[in-house]
Amino acid sequence: MSDPLFEFLCRMGDNTLVLGHRVSEWCGTAPVLEEDIALANTALDLIGQTTLWLNLAGEVEGRGRDADALAFRRDVWDFRNLFLVEQPNGDFGQTMMRQFLFDSWHRLYLTGLTESSDARISAIAEKSLKEVSYHLDRATDTVIGLGDGTEESHARMQAALDRLWPFVGEMFAGDAVDAALARQGTAPDPAKLRSGFDEQVGKVLAEATLVRPDSDFAHKGGKTGTRHSEHLGHMLAQMQWLQRAYPDATW
Amino acid sequence: MYAQMIKSTGKTVKSLDEMDPQERAFQERIDAGGKIEPRDWMPEGYRKTLIRQIGQHAHSEIVGQLPEGNWITRAPTLERKAILLAKVQDEAGHGLYLYCAAETLGVSRDDLTRDLLSGKMKYSSIFNYPTLTWADMGAVGWLVDGAAIMNQVPLQRTSYGPYARAMVRICKEESFHQRQGFDIMMKMASGTEAQRKMAQDALNRFWYPSLMMFGPSDENSVHSAQNMAWKIKMNTNDELRQKFVDQTVPQAEYLGLTVPDAHLKWNEERGHYDFSEPDWEEFFDVLNGNGPCSKERLEARNKAWDDGAWVRDGLMAHAEKKKARKLAAE
Amino acid sequence: MQNEWPLWEVFIRGQHGLSHRHVGSLHAADAEGAIKNARDVYTRRNEGVSIWVVEASAIAASSPDEKGPLYEPSNDKIYRHPTFYDIPDDAGAM
Ligand SMILES: [Fe+2]
Ligand SMILES: [Fe+2]
Ligand SMILES: [Fe+2]
Repeated sequence: MSDPLFEFLCRMGDNTLVLGHRVSEWCGTAPVLEEDIALANTALDLIGQTTLWLNLAGEVEGRGRDADALAFRRDVWDFRNLFLVEQPNGDFGQTMMRQFLFDSWHRLYLTGLTESSDARISAIAEKSLKEVSYHLDRATDTVIGLGDGTEESHARMQAALDRLWPFVGEMFAGDAVDAALARQGTAPDPAKLRSGFDEQVGKVLAEATLVRPDSDFAHKGGKTGTRHSEHLGHMLAQMQWLQRAYPDATW
Repeated sequence: MYAQMIKSTGKTVKSLDEMDPQERAFQERIDAGGKIEPRDWMPEGYRKTLIRQIGQHAHSEIVGQLPEGNWITRAPTLERKAILLAKVQDEAGHGLYLYCAAETLGVSRDDLTRDLLSGKMKYSSIFNYPTLTWADMGAVGWLVDGAAIMNQVPLQRTSYGPYARAMVRICKEESFHQRQGFDIMMKMASGTEAQRKMAQDALNRFWYPSLMMFGPSDENSVHSAQNMAWKIKMNTNDELRQKFVDQTVPQAEYLGLTVPDAHLKWNEERGHYDFSEPDWEEFFDVLNGNGPCSKERLEARNKAWDDGAWVRDGLMAHAEKKKARKLAAE
Repeated sequence: MQNEWPLWEVFIRGQHGLSHRHVGSLHAADAEGAIKNARDVYTRRNEGVSIWVVEASAIAASSPDEKGPLYEPSNDKIYRHPTFYDIPDDAGAM
């Protein structure tokens, strides 16, 4: 196992990097102008968080890599983001459902991180938590509004939930990295956050008149980097293209 | 400009003596630098022309998101990505402010949107050109926003209050757009050989389309004269174009790039640069829907609108249900 | 369905502002949505600490014809303005 702290920081930074990228794909094509602007704010927050996490990762690693080097010069197998965030945008409902599920976990996890024994981590968590609480607020309203909207919007939201639910489990599946960090008081044990997640998400889904899928089957391999989806490679091909094509250039 | 070729009404501009008392009071207020507000009396032609102009300006901001949005997912660093996204987001905001200003004149945003999507209303010709390399993000900010700002700054003094206030807000936000573009150009122009090539190529492609943004000469146009009397147009197209060239040429020199115009030279007597006119035939082709990206731009906007219908309807339906439930509980 | 989201007027009190100021308008399905949209649209540059939204159709406005009677009476009460008073410089800042 490589340094657990570095692993952990890559996981945080890759989640926000990949999700921020996905959300930014909406630019100019949202259902209404107000949503376009709001989505851009979310993406901007996530890109900002990425810079903080990945710069710290580079610092901890001590090999002279900064956030850009990590974001633009690593290949698929080095990415440590959750499966959930690399899923394609789908329709607006799927995008907002993905946001809602991720934010629900992210807020709980960041709340835990504000107590981290590592002051650098708690500082980033503190800043991110404010932004993420707002993302969650907004996503919650949207999930409820569209779930309890028209017949069509309801059906689309239920389909989005069914489609994304298999990616929820991974957020709470701990591994050796998590265990090591929990022992040091650096980060919370993700498994312990599940009940809080279920309670909060359950309330929202009920208000949205959506049914939580029965199966708790969970895809795994994103955050450990053992198996990403095919989507990630395509995203990186786009995201990293300039840096890879012109390695000597500064931008 | 963002609003090109705005037709006004009437054959000639009326003099004050030819006006009835109501219209004279209106024109005198404008002449004195006063503002016209939504509930004030205004000639029908003023209202209609404003709707066309503000609407077209708004559409330009919205469609203008697309050529730059094209590079957000390929931006080369996290910081560049954030800057570009924030910039394009601002343009969405500008569209929003302008639609709101138009709405004070009695049209709805959805009406205007439908006219854009059907091709009935136009948007600026410039956004029908493709963005091919990262340097285009520099060229667009530097040249396109630069040209837009040239037009928008005087519009802060336009006679229609809501439009003027929207322009004040927009100009405040625009201030970083041109600078971030120039900043990209500086990096590219002083970068590797490939980057310098991209920068020059971007300038080559965007120079004439930028000059076209100001529209063909309108010195003898009745429409233009009327719109200037109403202070919804503040300068002639040629004035602004000259100002743009005078400002931009030294910047290109600073970058070490060559403006693609063999006839460009400083005219000591006039105190201005002499320069070549863009190809106005191309301009009218683009305006008539035959720009290199015209089809794609409208398709993208139509798709966004159609794909978003269920979302707009869904959230509205929920709001109505909620209201009904609240009423029932009271 | 073809019904457009209603229009809302947005008022924001800034960091150093004393009262809410009209900043613009936007569309939203309901008041909660309007507040969130206002936060995203009108406070992108840290402009605000408190947001009010009012449905545009609920705003009653003075009609332009009343402009005279409503505002002119205060025109001649120039004594309400500090510049009305000539205070000698040696009296100190005031
Ligand atoms: Fe703009
Ligand atoms: Fe701009
Ligand atoms: Fe613009």
